[in-house]
Amino acid sequence: MKFAQILSALMFMVVVSVSPVLAAKDTVKIGALLAVTGPASFLGAPEARSLEMLVAGINKKGGLKGKQIELIIKDTGASTEKAVSFAKQLIDEEKVLAIIGPSTSGETMGIKKLAEEGKTILLSCAAAEAIVNPVGKYVFKTPQKDSDAVIKILDQIKKMKLTKIGVLSSNSGFGNAGKGQIEKLASGHGLTIVSNEVYDKSANDLTGEVTKVKASGAEAIINWSIEPAQAIIIKNARQIGFTGPIFQSHGFGNIKYVEAAGAAAEGVMFPAGRLLIADVLPKNHPQKTVLVNYKKDYETKFKPDAASTFGGHAYDAMLILQKGIEKANSLDKEAVRTAIEGLQGIVGTGGVFNFSATDHNGLGLDAFEMLTVKNGKFTMLEQKVEKKAAPKKKK
Amino acid sequence: MSAKFIQIFGFAVTIVAIQVFTQLTDSSFHLTQFTMTAYYSLLVIGLCMLIGYAGQISLGHAGFFAIGGYMSAFLTTHNLAAMKGTPFIALLSKLGLLVERKDLYGGELLAFHPWSACILSVCTVLVIAYVIGGPVLKLKGHYLAMATLGFGIIIYRIVLGTSSLGAADGISGVPGFSIFPGVMIGGSGSGRILNYYVAWGIVIAGMTFLLNLIGSRVGRALSAIHGAEDAAEAMGIPTANYKLRVFVLSAGFAAVAGVLLTHYNGSIGPSEASVMKSVRYVAIVAIGGMTSLWGAISMSLILNYFSLRGSFGTYDDAVFGVILILIMLFAPDGLIRKQVLGDLKSYLKRIRSKAVAS
Amino acid sequence: MELLLQYIVAGVTYGTIYAIVAIGFNIIYNTTGIINFAQGEFVMLGGMTAFTLKEYLPLPVAIISAVIITMIIGALIEIVFIRWLHKPSVLRMIIITIGLSILIRETALHIWGEGVTALPYFTGTSVTSVNLGGVFVSPQVFWAVGISSIMVILLGIFFNFTLLGKQMRACSANREAARLCGISTRNMVTFSFMLSAGIGALGGCIVSPITYIQYDSGSQLAIKGFTVAILGGLGNSTAAVAAAMILGILESFSIWALPAAYKDVVSIAIMLIILFVKPSGLFGNAAAARLKEY
Repeated sequence: MKFAQILSALMFMVVVSVSPVLAAKDTVKIGALLAVTGPASFLGAPEARSLEMLVAGINKKGGLKGKQIELIIKDTGASTEKAVSFAKQLIDEEKVLAIIGPSTSGETMGIKKLAEEGKTILLSCAAAEAIVNPVGKYVFKTPQKDSDAVIKILDQIKKMKLTKIGVLSSNSGFGNAGKGQIEKLASGHGLTIVSNEVYDKSANDLTGEVTKVKASGAEAIINWSIEPAQAIIIKNARQIGFTGPIFQSHGFGNIKYVEAAGAAAEGVMFPAGRLLIADVLPKNHPQKTVLVNYKKDYETKFKPDAASTFGGHAYDAMLILQKGIEKANSLDKEAVRTAIEGLQGIVGTGGVFNFSATDHNGLGLDAFEMLTVKNGKFTMLEQKVEKKAAPKKKK
Repeated sequence: MSAKFIQIFGFAVTIVAIQVFTQLTDSSFHLTQFTMTAYYSLLVIGLCMLIGYAGQISLGHAGFFAIGGYMSAFLTTHNLAAMKGTPFIALLSKLGLLVERKDLYGGELLAFHPWSACILSVCTVLVIAYVIGGPVLKLKGHYLAMATLGFGIIIYRIVLGTSSLGAADGISGVPGFSIFPGVMIGGSGSGRILNYYVAWGIVIAGMTFLLNLIGSRVGRALSAIHGAEDAAEAMGIPTANYKLRVFVLSAGFAAVAGVLLTHYNGSIGPSEASVMKSVRYVAIVAIGGMTSLWGAISMSLILNYFSLRGSFGTYDDAVFGVILILIMLFAPDGLIRKQVLGDLKSYLKRIRSKAVAS
Repeated sequence: MELLLQYIVAGVTYGTIYAIVAIGFNIIYNTTGIINFAQGEFVMLGGMTAFTLKEYLPLPVAIISAVIITMIIGALIEIVFIRWLHKPSVLRMIIITIGLSILIRETALHIWGEGVTALPYFTGTSVTSVNLGGVFVSPQVFWAVGISSIMVILLGIFFNFTLLGKQMRACSANREAARLCGISTRNMVTFSFMLSAGIGALGGCIVSPITYIQYDSGSQLAIKGFTVAILGGLGNSTAAVAAAMILGILESFSIWALPAAYKDVVSIAIMLIILFVKPSGLFGNAAAARLKEY
């Protein structure tokens, strides 16, 4: 009796779930795997919002090649197994033209092979270089290279004539990748790493860690993380009396962290795309229009949320896809893929993209600008005041 | 005997029916999620045995799953080619535990064979479960919950903090697992139907084993423990021993599930070890009615399937939370029971009589 | 030497945060025998609500309102989900409170979004620090330590010298007997939820400038709170404070020896060892413990 009930429940489920997919309308299907919730929601949520905004805009103007875009956003919650399941769903079932995302490196690496086998274009919003190196035929990524960010910082430290650095990084994929790059590149810049600490990405207080770094005699701190903990780091460092310059990664590109850190954020230097300084960018800069438009659109639509570089990655991915389709003048996966590989001079929020068959990232060192925080706002780091980031006097 | 056989047979028929149905409606891509669901179900029935029949809660089963999955992933992807000369590696290779293969980009790779990795991983989990099971199962109630939760968190932290396990990125590029020549557990589209049957075949085998166990002397001893542990002890049942055996058994189920799902997905990430995962498994067992393996497996089939298809959108965790609360409040013995309607009636009656009384 | 002290200060900061959460656990545990797995969520709710209210109200008023709102939520949760259950089993209560914690967290995500929030420092700014002979201490640490000490003292007075407090203690000692004496045990349970929600919320406001609060901060804090409550011996708030300080300082020193990412592993491993060896806690009374079930 009981068993019959279970059986009928199962049958019911099958009927519900396998209900035939509605006959395909004349749309372009684009999938997105974004970590809208879960531990990487600070990436996925703005990405999803940016993407929806951009797609709505394109659809209003008539869509792609006269067809409306059907955007399918799947929330992976930053878990690899869901990304795998959803990627298969998007590729086999929805037969999407392209997938935008995933938000994190781990998820992207998990589905890289699937995109290759399924011959579906993947435009990742995650940073790790392993995504495009070795190059997968169908896999692209929009965020700038970690190594370029590291080089920017190390160049700056060299200019300031400092030699001993303390490295802090969080135990996330982002932190791990940055740490690896710093370790690889530091000696080439004549720098010694005197302290190298990994902390928990959801840490509450990091006084212990910065104390250890300070005690090691570090002249400058480089912190590599993307979570709120990076705001705690600078605060704790200043509280225990560390006066040297503090460098952050491009993961610092969210004004909320500056607000959270308050006065401690003053003088922090970090490399970032130019989105954060869109307003003060010189008028003739090639990215000016794109950046100002994106920022304005986003901030009016999703008030009080401020535009961050993370959302920009998804925006760029969609933009590249759009340009690729326009160039190929076709909605064939293969044609679009080839077209994207040939795209040159595409102005996005992250920089100016120049793709080739061997470069599926398309961004160079010039995509980054060294920024600093002044009066609670992001500004360009002026190359003159590079003696010291002048932390505030202690009481 | 025959009732059990009919149940298993009926379940197998359902599994075949699902496949045939997807074949007829030309929607066999659904089998991907059903296959993943199968492996989670394997863990769930093991956990159901522990919670429902031995009466011990575990909030750390995702930990066992993750140890199995991660260890297998690590062993089958970690390139030993650089150490080829060392006697230890030479010995392993002579024993036939290693295999050479090409990675996605044509590089040479010398790593453990999936079979040897699988056996090693599962054995490791069994040993870990045996070692921690002793002291953990002495605890009761909140303390048991906390201890197993603590174990789960430790595994999660280790996985997240260890760079050779890929830290937050996890391990990707895990090869397929050809359990027999021609039968490959892996994610490629062509093996979809085969994988579906292999996965559910393993679940049905596990289910048969557990059902037999419940019907045996062990099962009767367990139900005695569940009912009144002290009384069981007084009757001469070695309760601690039985509890430990079930604990190790359920950890073994979790480990096998972890290993196989990792090969099927080709990757594993720290989310598999998270506390939320463990809570989900407990939730599924609870919704299935704690003491009902069939309830657990059918709830696992439904909830995992919808979750893996992303049907709950951004409310995935919230849905589990709500279901968990509702079930525990209104039907603590689970959903799949005949008495559900009766309960509801008596509940309404109680409210009404209360209202009348006041 | 200075370095040593600096580590101790860091440890005390961690310890204070853990202690506040652990006290909340203990209050509910004492009156109901339930471990409320959603306790961390009260901390999060307090911090988030205060942050929202701060836009419209001066900071102290915002904090007090946030505490009151969270207390009301705590009471509502008890009334809606727990009050009417008839002798629920431990397993059932564990699962219900876990479900609640998931539900509150996900609701917060959909209300407040994924961003971090931080209240301003009560005095000074984020870079202000007091130099005590080479050791730098943020004034917020003094606030945190101060307020939690006052809280512990007030709770002590409340439980020992007020009628309501004595009634609540009576409930924890023997529920049936308390009921026979005319104490409304049900109201006491509701009250204990309110009280611990309030304490959690206040804690959330105090630590918000130090740690920041976001929708999922609760579970992190809850885990540490449990650890500390168990280390001290469940139900014993003074011991919990001492255990919190010990654990905080141990964690802060563990950074010396181990990669910091394993900090949690250390503290939870300590908890497991205590559970295995002396489940009554570091300061628990072995004789009394024999009467309890672990």
